[in-house]
Amino acid sequence: MRKRKHTDHVVEVATPEFEKAAQKKESRRGLLMALPSYLYLILFFVIPLGIVLIYSFATRNRFGGTDLSGWNLESYERIAEPIVRTILFRSLWLAILTTVICLVIAYPFAYYLSTRKPTIRNVMLVFVMIPFWTNFLVRNYAWRVILGNDGPFTKVTEFFGLGTHELLFSQKAVVLGLVYGYLPFMILPLYAAIERIDGQLLEASRDLYGNGWQSFKNVLLPLSMPGVIAGSILVFVPSLGAYVTPEILGGAKTTLLGSYIVTQFLTARNWPFGAALSFVLMAVMLLMTIIYFRKGGRTL
Amino acid sequence: MSNAVEPRGLSKIGLQINGWLVYLFFYAPIVLLVIFSFSDSRNVGKWGGFTLGWYEQFIDSSNARNALENSIKIAIVVTIISVILGTMSALALERFTFKGKRVFDALLYLPIIIPDVTMAVMLLLFFGEFFEILDNLFGLQLRKGFWSISISHIAFNISFVSVVVRARLAGMSRDLEEAAVDLYASRWKAFRHVTFPQILPGIAGGALLAMTLSLDDVVITQFVAGPGWTTLPVYVFGLIRKGVTPLINSISVIMLVSSMLLVGLSLLAERTRRGG
Repeated sequence: MRKRKHTDHVVEVATPEFEKAAQKKESRRGLLMALPSYLYLILFFVIPLGIVLIYSFATRNRFGGTDLSGWNLESYERIAEPIVRTILFRSLWLAILTTVICLVIAYPFAYYLSTRKPTIRNVMLVFVMIPFWTNFLVRNYAWRVILGNDGPFTKVTEFFGLGTHELLFSQKAVVLGLVYGYLPFMILPLYAAIERIDGQLLEASRDLYGNGWQSFKNVLLPLSMPGVIAGSILVFVPSLGAYVTPEILGGAKTTLLGSYIVTQFLTARNWPFGAALSFVLMAVMLLMTIIYFRKGGRTL
Repeated sequence: MSNAVEPRGLSKIGLQINGWLVYLFFYAPIVLLVIFSFSDSRNVGKWGGFTLGWYEQFIDSSNARNALENSIKIAIVVTIISVILGTMSALALERFTFKGKRVFDALLYLPIIIPDVTMAVMLLLFFGEFFEILDNLFGLQLRKGFWSISISHIAFNISFVSVVVRARLAGMSRDLEEAAVDLYASRWKAFRHVTFPQILPGIAGGALLAMTLSLDDVVITQFVAGPGWTTLPVYVFGLIRKGVTPLINSISVIMLVSSMLLVGLSLLAERTRRGG
């Protein structure tokens, strides 16, 4: 595009040498601009990541400290232990459950959103964005208040004659908190995908005597698949690593992977094991993200 | 661009009800929390008459006030540094080609997708080792606190700012910049007078995102905060774990209102972005 560059006020002839020199200068400039962030991320991200990797192969000594000598795979082998497996499967199960519930609520909502007039649609979108931006901790705490002893939730169940239900500190409460926290992550990419679909295709399927279910199954769903995948990953990934929600709404029987990792560092003081677990968690996330970019594309 | 088929009959009613339920689900908890923060009852979820007592208690609590002050100080420093570094990386990636660009691009995505807990663990171990090395080499006795928290927040916020600014840069035509350069403006002048004013809404949006994320973070901050030096969310998280009190209601509402204010500002920035 830019064939000639006038870095000073003398017009130079665009000889190949001049071109090359200019390109080199541009490349240097680009690198120079990226350099501060590059170095920052290497120092405060790549090196810390390396340290976690090293710790995951280290051994915990009797005093709760970590011996960095004598590398081994013990921490990774511990993942196969029954207690750890239970926690892993529980986290996986709750994350899948959260994702499915979000999908079931968000899909019709996103579709409805895409059928509204542009002005109404924008207002509706803003009211989806607000919870998306509000403090996550506070939003989870709000459920603690609602589900708590003698709180609004109990009032409602008593009013309908359902008796008192103890929802707080159960897995149900954790899933509720996660759905509440991550529902906007599902709505937004789904909306982006559905909004892009050519409505005439749906009309055509109706004209060809397809019923509502058929045109959903054969036209709408396949075309909105990138949004479904993107939204599912955006909900699944943070749900799997959730720490704040189970701490606030969950109980002793609902330890999830995130809390379990934190425990290894703050109370159990088994850093190598905690490091191994967080590395496994990260690997799962990376894998999911790669799938996201390959299948879902950058729909957000 | 309304394109989807307008639903009919029963499915239309179903979609409408679902829509209202989603909004009820989103906002009922927030509204209830605000109501209960004015309730004169020791039970956090019970109405016991109107009071401002919990807000007074917040103002009287020096711990809470300190934590709030810390949060604000950190958010300001984090926002400024992340915006500068994030914008520079966005410009480098969108406007230049250089060696190692692809690696840098991938590296920049990592802090966004990595789980909070993993990043917290990474930085905890890093600061442990780092402080030990500094102590051994220079006899520096550093403690975790303001700088460890700020450094950690910047580490993830550079990525978020650069994503927002890049989106703005990508949607912008280069014609004006090139015209300026063709008219013998230096690169710096072209940037200052042409590019910068155009990406300013993107930078503002990135700044608000960085500030929000810094003010909201619990997990990472909890790991890199020192004893006696915490931010408001970490302080509140600690209180919740000890047992809920109506004081938490009032602090939560203050946090809620401040993040809503930030959203309002960012929407305003969005509007100027579209308009301008």
